[in-house]
Amino acid sequence: MAHYKYLIVGNSAGGIGAVEAIREVDSQGSLAIVSDEPYSAYSRPAISEFLMGERGFGDRMYYRDPEFYDRHRVEQHLGARVARLDLESREAVLENGDRLGWERLLLATGGVPITPRMDGLELQGVHRFTTIDHARNIDAALQQGAKRVVVVGGGLIGCSLTSALVQRGGVEVVMVELLDRVLAAVMDATASALVEARLRELGVRVVTGHSVASILPAASDASRVGSVALNSGEEVPCDLVGVAVGVAPRLELVRETPIQVNRGIVVDHHMETTVPGVFACGDVAEAYDFIYDSHRVVAIWPNAYIGGRIAGLNMAGGHHEYDGCTAMNSFSYFDMALASAGLFDPGADDPVQTITVSGDGVYKKVVLRDGWLVGFLLQGDIDQAGVLFRLMRDRVPVADFQDRLLEDGFGLVSLPRPLRDAWLSEGVGPDGSLTGGLAAK
Amino acid sequence: MTCPYKGLQEVSRVRFREDYCVDCRLCEVYCATAHSQSKEVIKAFKDERPGSVRGISVQRHGATSFALNCQHCDEPRCAWACVSGALTKDPETGVVTYNPEKCIGCWTCILACPNGAITRDAEKSQIVKCDLCPDREVPVCVAVCPNRALVL
Repeated sequence: MAHYKYLIVGNSAGGIGAVEAIREVDSQGSLAIVSDEPYSAYSRPAISEFLMGERGFGDRMYYRDPEFYDRHRVEQHLGARVARLDLESREAVLENGDRLGWERLLLATGGVPITPRMDGLELQGVHRFTTIDHARNIDAALQQGAKRVVVVGGGLIGCSLTSALVQRGGVEVVMVELLDRVLAAVMDATASALVEARLRELGVRVVTGHSVASILPAASDASRVGSVALNSGEEVPCDLVGVAVGVAPRLELVRETPIQVNRGIVVDHHMETTVPGVFACGDVAEAYDFIYDSHRVVAIWPNAYIGGRIAGLNMAGGHHEYDGCTAMNSFSYFDMALASAGLFDPGADDPVQTITVSGDGVYKKVVLRDGWLVGFLLQGDIDQAGVLFRLMRDRVPVADFQDRLLEDGFGLVSLPRPLRDAWLSEGVGPDGSLTGGLAAK
Repeated sequence: MTCPYKGLQEVSRVRFREDYCVDCRLCEVYCATAHSQSKEVIKAFKDERPGSVRGISVQRHGATSFALNCQHCDEPRCAWACVSGALTKDPETGVVTYNPEKCIGCWTCILACPNGAITRDAEKSQIVKCDLCPDREVPVCVAVCPNRALVL
């Protein structure tokens, strides 16, 4: 049986973040990655570029260079699915019966596409869109002549798929979103309306406030998709359905184990689960959200990488705390540019102050609470979004200069000089500590 | 300040001295020119890319101005956030390097950069950032700044 000092389940942002962190502090300890996908880590968001024909599945899609695993002395178990974890003996049991032992385990298993309840999901022509294999399947279906596509879900994955289809051309796209607007998780109603208008301009039919009740077989071939029935009763003919209603934490390995699970795997500030020596990060874990001051699943790539990094440093014997994440999304589809973070769409009862500006193709908004920036949304002019994000993350009191936050030309120059000087003095916070404390010590 | 990355050299980076910047923007002009096809100012701006893209930008507020570019941070939030692997921190040089072949123009790094030092090249749907002029002894912005408002 193979035995490793470090075993990582999952070969994407979180797993790679851990590998890079571990090797910064431990060049020798044995390290293995196991993943059911038979590929080196690749950029999942780039599957949209793949589908639009902009790039093949090769170096331009791999997340790291070809020598990465050798250089970091990582043993790869790719195309191997972990069947269960034996926490007593500290072993991962693979489906083929092999056992991989560990001293420290990281669960970076990510998410699985959510399966909505509807009939007809088993029909040929029904696809998902979160992996390269999904993208290849859709590509094959389009090459075989699929012309009418229904995209189920108007979130980021649905937009990513729609963007690729529009760019590729030659297909009619109908997007169906259950909520009353698209992208409700990443922008406010004003911004959603801008995206919907842009989608219609591109020839996409956007149906909001409705769901797909069932997927119906084609008259000519009962094994294939022929249409979808909306809950309004309307039947939309199609030959391809992209089910893109989001992802949920991939929890199969931790169910019925002592590892505590809420919506995702519960971890502490060190990214360690309730079972010592077992860590978790990324879309499967509940990391600390500094805006909501609670642990939540924040399924975004940067959170996966940094969570993996913290886990890796701690697996190698460090004592690093995650300074936390919060929702943070950029949107670049359909030639638009948007960025949002934190509490960008507060409810009517939230005790916050909201400032907005709009006009000239720009819409900007900041949300303040107790003199602290807790959320923002930028459309058009997004280049200084990172400065706003840092003001949020570092809990900088902004009351004295809050009117500048949405000005044209906002940037570091708009901040009080002592703050700017502190930020720019090489990674050192006002108290002399490394900002974030994420560097290997 | 020692670099916290084990085995990593302390990276050189361009620092601005805001008390000396007079907002002349020569750094912007020469950066864009040095990173153009022709390497000639007029051609770079008039023919190649109107409103040419560059890795350094002057900011101004009231009487204060300075030119900001990538600080090649010891904690490279942009590289940690990059979803495509286009941004990485070179373990030898400490330079945050950008591979445009991989960039998908998702703008996640822009949200992550704590200094606002990454800009969009909307035309190419890719980002632009300082590369520290790898083929020069001294980055061109530092070399041309008439007031030594940019230093290494």
